[in-house]
Amino acid sequence: MINPNIHKLNKAFESRVRLGIMSVLMVNDTVDFNTLKELLQVTDGNLASHNAALEKDGYLHIKKEFVGKKTLTTYSATKAGVKAFEEHLNVLEKLIKKID
Amino acid sequence: MTEEKQQLEALRDIRSLMQQSSKFLSLSGLSGIFAGVYALVGAYLGHIVISKFLENVKHGTNFTFEYRRMILLSVLICSGVLILSLLTAFYFSNTKSKKLGQKLFDHTTLRLFLNMFIPLLAGGIFCISLLYHGGVYMLLVAPSMLIFYGLALVNGSKYTLHDIRYLGLLEIAIGIASCFYLSAGLWFWAIGFGALHIIYGAYTWFKHDRHL
Repeated sequence: MINPNIHKLNKAFESRVRLGIMSVLMVNDTVDFNTLKELLQVTDGNLASHNAALEKDGYLHIKKEFVGKKTLTTYSATKAGVKAFEEHLNVLEKLIKKID
Repeated sequence: MTEEKQQLEALRDIRSLMQQSSKFLSLSGLSGIFAGVYALVGAYLGHIVISKFLENVKHGTNFTFEYRRMILLSVLICSGVLILSLLTAFYFSNTKSKKLGQKLFDHTTLRLFLNMFIPLLAGGIFCISLLYHGGVYMLLVAPSMLIFYGLALVNGSKYTLHDIRYLGLLEIAIGIASCFYLSAGLWFWAIGFGALHIIYGAYTWFKHDRHL
């Protein structure tokens, strides 16, 4: 039987990469692209597309600035992002507790 | 069932990413043990320097000269202990970070350094001011070192292994206690920087590093 709680899981965090991005941003105010890439062990393109998707949902704030000639992109979670992720974690927790 | 397994794995991922991205985890217990041993050797050398000074003064040699020599030697011993401890910590952290598959220098390292550096710098300058004024103020150098070092550990503990917090609290307690027994400053210094580091280092090694 399928647990009814499963439908409450936020679709935006279904992908492991997005889940990872949000986890890192819950404990760091801002994180730059390369750090995120190393932590999650994903390719540039993959990370960029997931970041764009989270931004579109309003969960992620992307900031671009110039350091010398290079662009430095940093990410932070929006208030909506933090709230949505916390709710997602609560649902996950409930699902796990049902197993025990 | 596979659905549920996936949720469990997701939670595990979240937990490890949160830890890995916010804390410097490569601190090795062995660094603590070595730092403690250096400090004990340093305290012993300091004891010799101070006894020599007292003896020479009793025999009526030039007080100012003897006094300056004692201060200079003590500062050299402290610097030696500090530099050796830092080099050892660097060496073991480098080894441990490789075993953990993490980088030694990333934003967590920087954050730990910065947060420990603020109380340490303030304490260092404060101790220099005590040396500068000399006289009885000198007796407060050992307690001050312990207290500011403890504060630095408590401050830095948010960004590394959490147990550092308890080490910091103990250092502060010993520092404050030694303020009331100034003549035994060197003993408290040896307990705080020597014995505590060895105990803490052994504990951490057994808890975290043994299986690596």
